[in-house]
Amino acid sequence: MEKEAIIQVRDLVTYYGNRQILKGVNLDIYRGEILVILGRSGCGKSTLLRHLIGLMKPSRGQILIKGRDITTMNEDEMREILKKIGMLFQGAALFNSMTVGENVALPLREHTQLEDSTIQIMTRIKLDLVGLAGFENFKPSQLSGGMKKRAGLARALAMDPEILFCDEPSAGLDPVVAMGIDQLILKLKNAFKMTIVVVTHELASVFTIADRIAMLHEGEIIFQGTAEEIQNSKHPIVQQFLNREADDVEPDREKYLHSLVKS
Amino acid sequence: MTERVQRWFSALGRPTIYALVHLHRLNRLGMETLRWIFIEPFKGRKIRWRSVIEQSVRVGWQSIPIVGIISFFVGLILAMQSAYQLKPFGATIYVANLVSVSLTRELGPLLTAIIITGRFGSAIAAEIGTMKVGEEIDALKTMGLNPVSFLVVPRFLALIIMLPALTLIADFLGILGAYLFSISALDISSIRFINQTINALVLRDIVTGLIKSGVFAVIIASIGAYEGFIVEGGAEGVGKSTTNSVVVSIFLIITADVVFTALFYSTL
Ligand SMILES: Nc1ncnc2c1ncn2[C@@H]1O[C@H](COP(=O)(O)OP(=O)(O)O)[C@@H](O)[C@H]1O
Ligand SMILES: [Mg+2]
Repeated sequence: MEKEAIIQVRDLVTYYGNRQILKGVNLDIYRGEILVILGRSGCGKSTLLRHLIGLMKPSRGQILIKGRDITTMNEDEMREILKKIGMLFQGAALFNSMTVGENVALPLREHTQLEDSTIQIMTRIKLDLVGLAGFENFKPSQLSGGMKKRAGLARALAMDPEILFCDEPSAGLDPVVAMGIDQLILKLKNAFKMTIVVVTHELASVFTIADRIAMLHEGEIIFQGTAEEIQNSKHPIVQQFLNREADDVEPDREKYLHSLVKS
Repeated sequence: MTERVQRWFSALGRPTIYALVHLHRLNRLGMETLRWIFIEPFKGRKIRWRSVIEQSVRVGWQSIPIVGIISFFVGLILAMQSAYQLKPFGATIYVANLVSVSLTRELGPLLTAIIITGRFGSAIAAEIGTMKVGEEIDALKTMGLNPVSFLVVPRFLALIIMLPALTLIADFLGILGAYLFSISALDISSIRFINQTINALVLRDIVTGLIKSGVFAVIIASIGAYEGFIVEGGAEGVGKSTTNSVVVSIFLIITADVVFTALFYSTL
């Protein structure tokens, strides 16, 4: 079966001021896969994601989503594309003035003609899906970090997107909660055939969820391939990243286990 | 010599360029706001009237007590100060003229605008700024929702409607202050004060005041929203922008006031 590239990035170049952040990124993302974009913090992962969802316009290059270039789209065309894309932000980015339920309901209220009662049911289904049933009336400030991420995910899923972007979904969470989020992402892929792009610098989750991995380094894609391929890669920076991160991760685990034992 | 000239020009140039950049972006935000009020509704993207009402309650209804009390006191103060000067001439009845005209033409709109800048302009900057810092603005955009339409337009419309309304209340309560002082401390009968006020005030006084307050509303909304959108760097940035929004708004309000007062004065 021929794989269909649902997102194609072509020679993407972007600057912050005079600093070149992305230096000609080329990347294909296939329908129904989980692609993990890996890289050190500061290498431009969030920036790349912000381009994929149209928050930033590149200096050069194209981003084709289902064959159509979003970098040259006007607001009306982009709005239609965005209805089928969900995004989970690094900090969840929930609307703090609204309840969790209102957060999830907002895209439905704005983009559909559905009855209020239907919207309420759909909101409840999404919250149930992420394990937040019964939290409709909580304000985001009353939720823990992991719950915020889940609520952000529920909101991203509100319109049943075909594509889901997640910016560091497990960053800042303890390993158990992080694992829960990873399981959720896997569930979304399997149950809804979503295309999911996950940005992270945490190896632990990479090998759990990734169908394919792309490694970004100083604004360039230096590796693309499966989890197996990355471990066999001879690229020195890839090797260094895998080893360094592995070194970084272990003490954390130990510490976490210790704290569990103590408490 | 040339170096000094160069330095002088660059010292002058940097702030000028800064100001021009800000002006350009402010103008863009203004145009975008107008587009969402006057053009997009005809393309089926409705104004969020529910939001407009919510904001109107905040800026209008909930500001009535503070605006009312302050303008009442100012009317009282004005009456006492003018009576002090008019008494030697036995002309205390003219307190009614002085107070009613200066309130409706000048102090009503100005005081109300300054109070609302502190209460609502700063809140606009703080709310939008906090949303910017928390990536909530980006989240809106990724849902295909326009932040100007969603956040700015309701606040803008609420201000345009409510500031003139509050100004009328301020005018009335200010004059009430002068009235109470006059009938109790100046031996002026109630009916005489009222007649004097009605004869002194022409519609033009009230209308010019309301035109001013409409202009002030535009200033408060645009500066508040603009300062919110340019916030960078976390909570500290939000604080800085909020303060800026108050200072800049008040400066622009007074500047606009000078211009409009001069205009109304010369065309009288
Ligand atoms: N608004 C901004 N202005 C200037 N530089 C920025 C801005 N945002 C990010 N950068 C810089 O761009 C680089 C890439 O940032 P980012 O994409 O957030 O990295 P990552 O998500 O991989 O950690 C970083 O070096 C960062 O300092
Ligand atoms: Mg990032």
